[in-house]
Amino acid sequence: MRTALRVALGEHMRAPMVAVGAMLLFALLVWVVGYSPAAAGRALWTGSLGSLPALGSTLNKAVPLLLCGLAVALAFRAGALNIGAEGQFYMGALAALFCGQRCAGWPAVVLLPMILVAGMAAGAAWAGLAALLRIGRSVPEVLSTIMLNFIAVLAVSFAVHGPLREAAGAYPQSDPLPPAALLPRLFGDMRLSWGLAVALVVLFVVGIVMQRSTWGFRLRAVGNAERAAAYLGIARAPHLLSAMLASGALAGLAGALELSGVARRLYENFSPGYGYTAIAVALLARLSPAGLLPAALFFGALESGGRSLQTTAGIPSVLVQVLLGLVVLLAVGAGLYESRRA
Amino acid sequence: MSWDVFVGAETMAAAMRLAAPLLFAALGELVCERSGVLNIGLEGVILISAFSAFWSASAGAPLPLALVSGVLAGCLLSCLFALFVLRYRADQVVAGMAVNILALGLTGLFYRAAFGMTGRMVSVDNFATRPIPLLCELPYLGTVLFQHNWLVYVAGPIALGVGYMLYRTRAGLALRALGDGPRAADSLGIPVLLGRAAAILFGGMMGGLAGSYLVLAHANTFVEGMSAGRGFIAVVLVILGAWRPGGVVLGAVFFGWATALQYRLQATMTGVPYLLFQMLPYVLVLVVLSGVVGRRRAPRALAMPYVKE
Repeated sequence: MRTALRVALGEHMRAPMVAVGAMLLFALLVWVVGYSPAAAGRALWTGSLGSLPALGSTLNKAVPLLLCGLAVALAFRAGALNIGAEGQFYMGALAALFCGQRCAGWPAVVLLPMILVAGMAAGAAWAGLAALLRIGRSVPEVLSTIMLNFIAVLAVSFAVHGPLREAAGAYPQSDPLPPAALLPRLFGDMRLSWGLAVALVVLFVVGIVMQRSTWGFRLRAVGNAERAAAYLGIARAPHLLSAMLASGALAGLAGALELSGVARRLYENFSPGYGYTAIAVALLARLSPAGLLPAALFFGALESGGRSLQTTAGIPSVLVQVLLGLVVLLAVGAGLYESRRA
Repeated sequence: MSWDVFVGAETMAAAMRLAAPLLFAALGELVCERSGVLNIGLEGVILISAFSAFWSASAGAPLPLALVSGVLAGCLLSCLFALFVLRYRADQVVAGMAVNILALGLTGLFYRAAFGMTGRMVSVDNFATRPIPLLCELPYLGTVLFQHNWLVYVAGPIALGVGYMLYRTRAGLALRALGDGPRAADSLGIPVLLGRAAAILFGGMMGGLAGSYLVLAHANTFVEGMSAGRGFIAVVLVILGAWRPGGVVLGAVFFGWATALQYRLQATMTGVPYLLFQMLPYVLVLVVLSGVVGRRRAPRALAMPYVKE
């Protein structure tokens, strides 16, 4: 049936079909649980694209998804199953906050780039740890990145309950970043952050590097055809490490941008699971940089629309999570991600 | 701080109770992996069965029936996983993660749909402690081993059963062949996909037992995401136990002990923030994994989809 499906759909229609198929299953589920699919659809629409603020919110949510999706795609291409974008995102935000508060008096031209770099460094370090465990001790990166996710989320909880808790001490959250460390808004009434511009530039640059550079080629060689790569003299370990470092840096950057451009302060459950959604984004994009933008916008719209599901239609926003699982399942089922082990 | 905190009867008894769900899940994963299927989706299986057990119990079902409903939910989700990895040959790791995300979403959805979004706690009955007559009066061992609910008592026999099945029966031999040389097994007439489906289903059952245990013998309520990485730890335990039931039992008891110790230390060392203690099991996983993996041999065909020629 799978081959029949493949012939019938053609290569390029598969990802959109997966998205549509998941939406249909989703509508069915909404109906089964006892809500109206039409109302859900309307709520998703108004919450994601229906107004300027909604559109701004969609774009703001697409930013971390785009960067984390790129992080996942890059690592998967090199054959490293980095499930840890979530943890790297948290560590990036934590490092950016720490750095921003430590150097509060510095001018924005220095401080802003600095906290972004701090976020990237922290994300890279967190992913690099998993890569080193894999290379040195053969620890599967799937398991180590998952464990590092749990630890990172707890580390942020600890920070906002303890050392970085706001001065007022009312809630378990940090004080906001100093003004010089905040990204200005791109358009005021859309509440759109400059993070979007940063993300697009990064996507473009990293995309070119992935597709056109020798390093990018070697990553793909190591990921797709380990034996052939070895035959060509491409060593696996350094490419695995560099791919994981780059991947972690991208997810860490996403965390720093989210902090500086949107959230402005750190709190528990800082990410609504961007790092996991990013896996769906990357798979739907078939790990290609060009496909990431529509995939990130799709999930950004869902994430944003999910909020209004709750407020306008009274449907738990967690439904979006179900849709996410369906997309990933259908994506691997339809062969959007071919197992390199096959 | 005395030794009592580390190896006292209280700590060791708690270790047994905390080890039981890990052991159930890890034995299920063991059978899966010996058949060549890496089931990362166990985390989601545990979560959805915990919810199912909770839902049934809160609707007034007697506890054994709630347990059955938890196990059934685990089996159902495993069937979905089996369909995708066996029929459509999806990548097992990614399909497993999809199952986890799906379970998180479904349980969150049904929990909020059924119990509202008020955050009030709904608690259900727990299986009662049933001390085993005479044995429970043994010094030390009595407290450690013989004063639990019945689910803890069956964990050991189940492990023995799995060991017997794997190494002493024809079915077990066939199952191990699927994991090490599916093509050879196929040529001998062993149905590869059917065998793997059975293994995944058994994994779902055991994951379901673990999830139900969490609600009916541990927490007496449901919290979103309450599996808290136990499914992943089970996968680690299988590696740690070198893909053998005996090793898995030791690993589960060790992790149960570490968790019990963590709780005890939280209570005794009040100066240290509890969040740091909560990190301990995960840090421990990393440390343990980095110490042992290189010297373990996984089933040769683990995580490889099987294509009949």
